[in-house]
Amino acid sequence: MPPADNDRQVTPFPAGLWEQPQPVVPAAVAEVAEPVQRIRVPASMLYRYTPGAAPSRFLRGLRDKRILGEKDPVNGDVYVPPRGMSPVVGLPTTEQVELPDRGTLAAFCIVHIGFGVNAPPTPFVSALVLIDGAAVSVYGTLLDIPIEEVRIGMRVQAVWAPDEELTTSFENIRYWKPLDEPDVAPELLKGHM
Amino acid sequence: MSGNRVAVIGVGQTKYAAVRGDVSLAGLLREAVYRALADAHLGMDDIDAIVVGKAPDFFEGVMMPEGYLAEALGAVGKPLFRVHTAGSVGGSTAIVAAGHIQSGVHERVLTVGWEMQSCSEAMWALSFPLPFQQQLVAGAGGYFAPFIREYMRRSGAPDDIGILVALKDRLNALKNPYAHLHEPDVTYDSVKDSFMLWEPIRYSETCPSSDGAIALVLGGEAAAEASAASTGVSPAWIHGTSMRSEPAMASGRDQVSPQASQDCAADVFAQAGITDPRRQIDVVEMYVPFSWYEPMWLESLGFAEVGHGWKLTEDGATQMSGDLPVNCSGGVLSTNPIGASGMIRFGEAAMQVRGQAGDHQIEGARLALGHAYGGAAQFFAMWVVGSDKP
Amino acid sequence: MAPQRDVAIVAFAQTDHRRAVPERNEVELIQPVIRQALDQVGATIADIGFTCSGSSDYLAGQAFSFVMTLDAVGAFPPIQESHVEMDGAWALYEAWLKIQAGHADTALVYGYSKASPGDLPRVLSRQLDPYYYGPLWPDSVALAGLQARAMIDAGLIDEAEMAAIAHRSREAARGNPHAQLRGSDPLDELLAAPYLSDPLRRHDCPPITDGGAAVVLAAGDRAREWSKRPAWIRGIDHRIDSHNLGARDLTVSPSASLAAAKAGVSEGKVDVAELHAPFTHQEKILATALGLGDSTVLNPSGGALAANPMMAAGLIRLGEVFRRIEDGEADRGVAHATSGHLLQQNFVAVLEGDPR
Repeated sequence: MPPADNDRQVTPFPAGLWEQPQPVVPAAVAEVAEPVQRIRVPASMLYRYTPGAAPSRFLRGLRDKRILGEKDPVNGDVYVPPRGMSPVVGLPTTEQVELPDRGTLAAFCIVHIGFGVNAPPTPFVSALVLIDGAAVSVYGTLLDIPIEEVRIGMRVQAVWAPDEELTTSFENIRYWKPLDEPDVAPELLKGHM
Repeated sequence: MSGNRVAVIGVGQTKYAAVRGDVSLAGLLREAVYRALADAHLGMDDIDAIVVGKAPDFFEGVMMPEGYLAEALGAVGKPLFRVHTAGSVGGSTAIVAAGHIQSGVHERVLTVGWEMQSCSEAMWALSFPLPFQQQLVAGAGGYFAPFIREYMRRSGAPDDIGILVALKDRLNALKNPYAHLHEPDVTYDSVKDSFMLWEPIRYSETCPSSDGAIALVLGGEAAAEASAASTGVSPAWIHGTSMRSEPAMASGRDQVSPQASQDCAADVFAQAGITDPRRQIDVVEMYVPFSWYEPMWLESLGFAEVGHGWKLTEDGATQMSGDLPVNCSGGVLSTNPIGASGMIRFGEAAMQVRGQAGDHQIEGARLALGHAYGGAAQFFAMWVVGSDKP
Repeated sequence: MAPQRDVAIVAFAQTDHRRAVPERNEVELIQPVIRQALDQVGATIADIGFTCSGSSDYLAGQAFSFVMTLDAVGAFPPIQESHVEMDGAWALYEAWLKIQAGHADTALVYGYSKASPGDLPRVLSRQLDPYYYGPLWPDSVALAGLQARAMIDAGLIDEAEMAAIAHRSREAARGNPHAQLRGSDPLDELLAAPYLSDPLRRHDCPPITDGGAAVVLAAGDRAREWSKRPAWIRGIDHRIDSHNLGARDLTVSPSASLAAAKAGVSEGKVDVAELHAPFTHQEKILATALGLGDSTVLNPSGGALAANPMMAAGLIRLGEVFRRIEDGEADRGVAHATSGHLLQQNFVAVLEGDPR
């Protein structure tokens, strides 16, 4: 018998989803022997990742509740989180630019099936937030607002982790909440979501 | 279109399923390869080179598995080449295979795309969390859903266009014996009432996770004519191939209709001498992993004016009975072994112009588009195939 | 119509190879090299018709790892681009096909990896047959030891000759500012060292390297414009052997011999050969398979024994031969790349400069 799915540490899906019948085995094979339909080869490998230069600068800023974008050396666009390059011109971003912890909801969806240990209770709003002064949006969750009131162009504010829990992690921004300011016209967000 | 002429002269597919526990990874590929060679009236000895493609190696837990698969692919003593361009890989792989002939290096090339997603936890293999990076706690659909919502906002499309696409593709899949999902009871209401995953995407509007492989035999002009004489089936001549890429996150990018998508379509149509794709293309196999991508790509590829793609879906133009049938095979929404999915689109386009598509054949199809995309809607691969020699 | 266009390597750049480059991510690692290669010919990405890269998700420990590295190219507006899960030498092959088909006149090719985040010999064990070999977790050094033992048992090499290859390679690398290992201990000290995986000692094995390389290809007049002496690709081919170790004669490399024959290695004098031989005994297998004699200088860069960035080490062999042709040190050279365990897959290219 194949092992139960919980034995494979799969992401739990709602009951009934993605369930499929067992494979069909030709009669000729079944008569000879019980066919082997699955072997288990647990593979565990340890990787020690390092973030690189630009992400390190960014993560150190986040520890101090500062959002540090980096500037395209040719076009001046500010990338956050920075990955070390302007993807448009293929040149390193070296100049850091401090951005406010406010922005505009550029795009979103409503998530009814969450993934990962940090996913909030469903349903929740998965948001692309264009931080003021940035050229591209960051991912986050939008809370503290009834889902039916969420709209593209609404202004949002970061909610930070408590000071004693701040680390060099993107998760220092726990979530985004509405900011009481006039909406931005959605047309202005095109090319930045 | 430059270089030597190339045609698809054999197509072979496995039965697609959530779990193909009856075959090994090598056996899965052989199933597709044998069928493609049989279709072309060729044997493995006739093949000059093999070009394979699949998505991340973590799916099967084998690093660069083409080495292990060399014998199963009949590749020992031959060139064996491996492509990986994210979700577009099946299409890119077929294009690289065609390049082996267009360049004049080889005459008969076997190309294979596969994924055996049941070997691992697919969601994990696609996006296991890494430190230092933004965590997308919404899964793959959660990545694309915001852009679908933005498309709906821009176009003012009715909310149920996605339902219509999903219903059409799942009904088409009933006519394709190889398709993974065969849901004879599917209805508008069953799609509408299915579990909402990433609003606006419902469960029945998403692709499944499949095991499967597809193999194509490509031939140069002499090989194609010999094959046609032997099999009595017209080759699917390649009229154009194109690939385009752009960065995942860049200022000015529009993920609703990426520039790379528009450029790739414009390039492939120009090569094929197509000026009015809506009129000139007879059938389209398009990479639609979430239902709403049908109207989105219809606009991006130039089949409809911006903001009007959904009307083709709503009017039934993209149904098999319409004037621009899209995904008669059931598409990615019915079958999705990721590394194969793009090549299935390319292969189904070839089957249509060869008149081989059986119950999902569009009568008289002479010119077809195969389309694939991947990554953050940033990698594109397309080809146009026709029953006439270009 | 057989391939007819004259296509050459016209630029080459590589990183300063190191055991670990923790302070940079992959895109930060490879971007300076891409930029150097383009700068050598005074080009920007807009002058490049096709871009192709080679890298591995298993080395990065990350699915779709090549996606982020595209940021190093500057691919917006969009470009014609592709990626192989192979050494950059095969990415160069794809680019060469693209140019031969007339779909591009120029190409940028790069390959890179950071082996340092993972345990490389263990990661490479995941490249084996997942049903029969993989569950046994044989590491890459142990497998190479089997091959070396087979060579010794067949009387084709001995430990002193292996040590001499290591010594010669790493001494040659003193002249290679990019090499990771420059200089060697004396031969007697090498042979006095303990075994790592009998009969392999530490010196018989390649270093583990973080690094990358980039190459620019161009056709015809553009190549002559971009390089004072382009290295024309006169022959290029790659072949694969069985994965079934028990069915192979590990002391020979039929796929390397076949690729060499198809590439026309023997059709002229070979001034220099850069062989991608990660282990000392493999240089002997390859030199034999390619039919190289004493008149050929082997691995003047130090080869993979001096720096072995996975997914780039093969491309670097092409670059090293190009550089020697461009500088006039050689007129005709052979570059080789390998992939998989125990030289399973082999690539051979013959490069030639115009007469001086």
